[in-house]
Amino acid sequence: MTEERSGAQILVESLVRQDVEFVFGYPGGAVLPIYDALFGEERLRHILVRHEAGAAHAAEGYARSTGKPGVVLVTSGPGATNAVTGIADAFLDSIPLVVITGQVGTPLIGSDAFQEADTVGITRHCCKHNYLVKDPANLAAVIDEAFQIATTGRPGPVVIDIPKDVQIATAIFPEGPVQRRNRYSPQMAGGEAEIAQAIELIAKAKAPVFYTGGGVINSGPRATDLLRELQAITKAPVTSTLMGLGAFPADHEDWLGMLGMHGTYEANWAMNQADLIICVGARFDDRVTGRLDAFAPNSTKIHIDIDRASVNKTVQVDLPIIGDCATVLQQILDGWKGRKAQDLTAWKARVTEWRAKKSLSYAENPAAIPPQRAIERLFELTRAHDPIISTEVGQHQMWAAQHFHFFGPNKWLTSGGLGTMGYGLPAIIGAQLGNPGKLCIDIAGEASIQMNIQELGTATQYRLPVKIFILNNEWMGMVRQWQELTYESRYSNSYSDSLPDFVKLAQAYGWKGISIENEGQLDAGIQEMIAYDGPVIVDCRVAKDANCFPMIPSGAAHTDMLLPGDVVTGTMDDSAKALV
Amino acid sequence: MTKIEQEATERHVLMLTVDNEAGILAKIAGLFTARGYNIDSLTVSEITGDHQVSRITIVTHGPPAVIDQIRAQLERLIPVHKVVDLTEQGPYVERELALIKVVGKGEARVEALRLAEVFRARPVDTTTESFVFELTGTPEKIDSFVALMGDLGLVETARTGVVGMIRGKAST
Repeated sequence: MTEERSGAQILVESLVRQDVEFVFGYPGGAVLPIYDALFGEERLRHILVRHEAGAAHAAEGYARSTGKPGVVLVTSGPGATNAVTGIADAFLDSIPLVVITGQVGTPLIGSDAFQEADTVGITRHCCKHNYLVKDPANLAAVIDEAFQIATTGRPGPVVIDIPKDVQIATAIFPEGPVQRRNRYSPQMAGGEAEIAQAIELIAKAKAPVFYTGGGVINSGPRATDLLRELQAITKAPVTSTLMGLGAFPADHEDWLGMLGMHGTYEANWAMNQADLIICVGARFDDRVTGRLDAFAPNSTKIHIDIDRASVNKTVQVDLPIIGDCATVLQQILDGWKGRKAQDLTAWKARVTEWRAKKSLSYAENPAAIPPQRAIERLFELTRAHDPIISTEVGQHQMWAAQHFHFFGPNKWLTSGGLGTMGYGLPAIIGAQLGNPGKLCIDIAGEASIQMNIQELGTATQYRLPVKIFILNNEWMGMVRQWQELTYESRYSNSYSDSLPDFVKLAQAYGWKGISIENEGQLDAGIQEMIAYDGPVIVDCRVAKDANCFPMIPSGAAHTDMLLPGDVVTGTMDDSAKALV
Repeated sequence: MTKIEQEATERHVLMLTVDNEAGILAKIAGLFTARGYNIDSLTVSEITGDHQVSRITIVTHGPPAVIDQIRAQLERLIPVHKVVDLTEQGPYVERELALIKVVGKGEARVEALRLAEVFRARPVDTTTESFVFELTGTPEKIDSFVALMGDLGLVETARTGVVGMIRGKAST
């Protein structure tokens, strides 16, 4: 006879069955039965955050850096709504999360009860799927399916809303694996005809470029290996989106750097002039394409994506291949059979010319540390540690993407799609938990870091030696830059006034605080940060008015990039302002 | 001055079968709002004896690329089993049912009844001063009947929205 268990116990058992290591959460009224079931539970570890947004981002950081799903547990009402930003973030960046939210008891639903919110309604369009479980007998099957949906196909967040009475009521918990509904089975392999066509196109391309994205990372380390293998055969240059950094090694001679709004000159020109674009797990985001009617005008486009809805959404492609990146890359490699790729000497020569523009160069500044220099030194001095890097959102994020270099997947955690300030600190906490002993650094701005600054306490509590490296320019730098370039330097509310003393703040939380004021202190400060066996905030004062270049201005084509030293005057017309 | 531009659109009839679970209609309707698609009509009803599966017919319009996206986005929803674009798969039959209330006396009333016969609209309720007509047909047929009734005392129209099915023996 299988014994009956409470909904809360079924949930905990199901999480254990899914090999969940950590649950990132915050207790409250509507999840008390679940927290009681977690009491003394040694098979999984609950990480108490300081705000539910922190829970969701920490779970994202854990997921992105380990490849395993992140699990979140929050209460009803404000617990759930606070987690929504993280859920939306995971949805846009395709991060597998299972988010468990408490709900008021079923008889109270719809009555405006205390801490009631329509979680299923609120999260409907920012998660991959969601459930309201009204019977504990369904719970085991729902959780099983939720993990399947979150982790397979295009990964994403799945929300399970569990009313309090369902947590208390009992049902039979099946001993063996639950019967799965089997209604979700994403297509993994590409069609044979498409694969053959892709091989033909690649083999005859004279100016091909690989445009890779987060899908390569999500597909697992094998996709990264296969991408490198295919590149070695074709010798085509490789560029990547923000989300895909690390899939291709940044010290490779055919690496073009990131593309898009703050991408390199060589990457964007290669995209513009290519005769074949092989898009692997990227989605032609507006930050990548710039002005659509001028995007890669003369190229044939192959688009490998597991999500059919990403195909032909913004850019019409010639050959869509629906399937998993690793599987499709393997199919292409299998079908290649010792063909000879075209001689790309002429194409590479053009790339070399574009490289010579040195689009990532920046002005020296005797008075203050150029922020790009700070990132470069951070990269050089931490390189041997193979660190995991997270960022917040803004100029520092783009500078990190440009000047920090990655050689493998799952090392780069950033909020790309939603662009969530406050992502980096909780994300690096999640990453550190999933990667004990690794050097984990959040590259932050002084504005973004304040958005989830409360999570300092979480790192303190769990003795996580995470590092926060703040590029402090006393501005919401990206907002300031746009105001300078498009609104005639009317700096409306973009100054970071009344900043805390970050060193003292660090000390108040039991962290170490380091201040870097000038270039002479830069290396020593970074080394001190690395050497310290505990959490550190580095307040690195940088040039206040530096702009992030290169930049494709709003509504412009890849070929109209602003380079360092370009002077921009006047104001932008309304249609350009409205575009991006 | 900046103006919002509109693209040329075409009308498509989509047929979906979905798990009949709570919130599925909100999910689908909400997807259209969230992504800025148009719904001209939407009908939904259970079609299996065990109440497990519902069939939804959506009439939408948009540029071809948007129609393709609508289909892809609908297919992406977990409870959606399949999406068939009847307009593209065709030929297909589409039918809509309407109830039309006409109030009047004398010549107008006689004319309304005469036109109803031409359209094969059936009076399903009548008083000495009014008719409620039931009419089934394509949306265009209903449009033209409603337009004719406009001069003859039309007071109220209720329409179900379109249901559709592929012609021939193949099932969608």
